[in-house]
Amino acid sequence: MSDSDAATAAVTSEISRRDFLNDVAAGALGIAGLGAMVVTYRFLSPNALFEPSTTFRAGNPDLYPVNSVTFNQDQQVYIVRTPEGFYAVSAVCTHLGCITQWKPDANIIACPCHGSKFKSDGTKVEGPAPRSLPHFSITLTPDGELLVDKMETMKPEQTLKV
Amino acid sequence: MATSSIELALNRLRETRAWRSIFRRGPARTNRTRSLAIFGNIFLHLMPVKVREQSLRVRATYYLGSFSFLLFLLLTVTGILLMLYYHPAVPQAYLDMKDLRFVASNGVFLRNLHRVGAHAMVIAVFWHMFHVFYRGGYRPPHEFNWVVGVVLMLLTLFLSYTGYLLPWDQLAFWAITVGTNIISAEPVLGHDVRFLLLGGNLVGENALLRFYVLHCVILPLVAGMFIAIHFWRIQKDGGLTLRENHEREGHERQD
Repeated sequence: MSDSDAATAAVTSEISRRDFLNDVAAGALGIAGLGAMVVTYRFLSPNALFEPSTTFRAGNPDLYPVNSVTFNQDQQVYIVRTPEGFYAVSAVCTHLGCITQWKPDANIIACPCHGSKFKSDGTKVEGPAPRSLPHFSITLTPDGELLVDKMETMKPEQTLKV
Repeated sequence: MATSSIELALNRLRETRAWRSIFRRGPARTNRTRSLAIFGNIFLHLMPVKVREQSLRVRATYYLGSFSFLLFLLLTVTGILLMLYYHPAVPQAYLDMKDLRFVASNGVFLRNLHRVGAHAMVIAVFWHMFHVFYRGGYRPPHEFNWVVGVVLMLLTLFLSYTGYLLPWDQLAFWAITVGTNIISAEPVLGHDVRFLLLGGNLVGENALLRFYVLHCVILPLVAGMFIAIHFWRIQKDGGLTLRENHEREGHERQD
């Protein structure tokens, strides 16, 4: 009897069986809860998107006169042709995502939502837009058409010479 | 005692076994049984058994909290009815909204009731909040209930915002485009939050479905839970915050 009493005292001085099992259960639940959050987050971010393609063909370069800004309504991109070459400017305002408009009389790209103004090469003239409009990658397809990729941007100095 | 035949019939009904199994207490004739009537009812048990006379005065609260809650109930009922004609799909959502206005009987009334009710609820919630603030209702012992109230105000705004997309018209599309771009301006997490909220990179089918589920299921459930806590805490914190001169003068005042 005295042996078992001593054994109990030794055990309780460290950690009781109940506390140990409670800690194990809480830890297991914590790990399971964390895992559930991770898999739920993974579930909530879609793996397949059925959104329109971000690349598009903008037609033959001859369609665009030199020193012109052409708005592509469907793709929300301006195709700009200067004597140096072509570039594609995003028409989505960098402020809050409204679609800007090309004003040929004022030679300016203006946003109807909050009044931001840009030059025809996308450079910011007036806020509240925080940045200039980005230039999208523009290349030629093997059959000689303009190809714009809205996922990739180009430096504003770069132009496509045709 | 019982005079009319209706009262006789009611008294006989109260004696039946079925009635007694539902309402365990006797008729609410004493203070004890009146208290039990509140305690024993799942809907009323959040409410206090007794209130001070001053807290029932119109000028004590202008019933702004009750008005907000009634609008929440109205929006729940009209919203469920609207769901019976609405598909959260592109472009069906816009056509369903048009059908609700021009084809379904009384649909335009129902839709406008939901829409005007939603505007009214935002106004009522803010008015309630201002009133509580100027009365000092955020001070102890009400500070936790004030925080619950702030959460309810945010939930009201989220409910309004998610409902804004559902008509799927130009106003809805651009409001959500601009609003979610504001979210993505938030540092570090912004783009991920926007992606999760829209279920993609642009306001499309996934976004409509996600906003629909948020608007019709998740946010109302969360709001209902917080409303229950809000009501419960009024009682637990010892009733409403009354103007001090009302409390001092007590029941001697007769105006």
